Amino acid sequence: MNLHDMPSAEQLVESVREWLERDVLAGTTGRLQFHTRVAVNVLAMVERELRLGDSQRLAHAQRLAQLGCADDAELARRIREGELDDQLAQVRALVWADVRDKLAVANPKYLER
Amino acid sequence: MTDVLAAALADVLTARSVTDLVRLSGGASRDTYRFVADGTPLILQRQRAGDVRDMGNEALVVRAAGAAGAPVADVVASSTDPSALGSAFMVVTAVEGETIARKILRDDRFRHAREVLPAQLGAALAQVHAVDTTGLSSLPTADQVRQYREALDQMGQPHPAFELAFKWLDANRPEVGPPVLVHGDFRLGNVIVGDDGLRAVIDWELAHLGDPMEDLGWLCVKAWRFGSSLPVAGVGEYRQLFEAYEAAGGGAVDPDVVRWWEVLGTLKWGVMCIMQANAHVAGLTRSHELAAIGRRVCENEHDLFLALEGRW
Repeated sequence: MNLHDMPSAEQLVESVREWLERDVLAGTTGRLQFHTRVAVNVLAMVERELRLGDSQRLAHAQRLAQLGCADDAELARRIREGELDDQLAQVRALVWADVRDKLAVANPKYLER
Repeated sequence: MTDVLAAALADVLTARSVTDLVRLSGGASRDTYRFVADGTPLILQRQRAGDVRDMGNEALVVRAAGAAGAPVADVVASSTDPSALGSAFMVVTAVEGETIARKILRDDRFRHAREVLPAQLGAALAQVHAVDTTGLSSLPTADQVRQYREALDQMGQPHPAFELAFKWLDANRPEVGPPVLVHGDFRLGNVIVGDDGLRAVIDWELAHLGDPMEDLGWLCVKAWRFGSSLPVAGVGEYRQLFEAYEAAGGGAVDPDVVRWWEVLGTLKWGVMCIMQANAHVAGLTRSHELAAIGRRVCENEHDLFLALEGRW
């Protein structure tokens, strides 16, 4: 249910990224080119978050619910205070799954290394 | 501006001429200049306002490391008195070579250097750790687990993965021997490398007294491999580093202790990523490059899980 006309937010960001890659990278050198490359990576990250964000949010909430925590802050506190010491293997598996989801947005290539 | 500085430098060094003064893009806490005094190329480092680290300590450490035979630039002059050059400073001889890690790891001209670096880095660390610490009691000795836990708490962004790692670090603390001089940021980027390999260890601003294995572990943190598959600074295998370190008079290396420091190092770099992104978000330095670093925190979290797989 989207109010806005096309293109979607993801497509808008994509169009800017493509312009940076096509025209700006080729026309710059040195520091400016490096910062253009950083910008391209940032926009690609935003595209992935727009694409994957909703399902990741749901999966994250389900993992937290399995541990009886409302959010990461509560989970972090309970790990520190030892309240989850009898189920650490499960905690580690769920937290690592969250981390993999974050990487799928931030830098999917990192998961292949 | 540089004319005034050149004249002040000539004064400090009692040099007849100071020429070719240029500012180099330096670290975040120091201003770095290159210049020539009476024909000798030199480097000036000036403490920047607001930097809590003491330039006086750094000069002390570099002198002590040089006296012990470690590969460092010679300290030509230094002072913590701001009256001469506006702030505490250190002048050292300019060592020619490359500091940019990606060039050292990829350029053809460093092919030979990459082969000899693992052993050279190990030997240099053995020399650093053998430095007489008698005159270095002013160096920090903070417990880093506590220090980074507090730094993380201050930013108010809890990370369950980091809490799991802190828990493991607390439960597996290595026994500590007598404290030695630790460089504190020993990795590619902070060494000058020529075609022939290691020429000088630089950037001593995080030097402190502690466990020598900290430097070995930090050198192996994944971020400092810059994408290479080789664990030691992206150029070598653990075994090469440990053997060279022991052969050069460093103590026996316990790989598990190095691993403990590597895990702490990975966690430290993760916390630093949060701090860098925070510098953008809080408005101290608006930069999309800093902002993007915030999303690299999960790389460190993933590395922590990989490093601790089978060890939890």
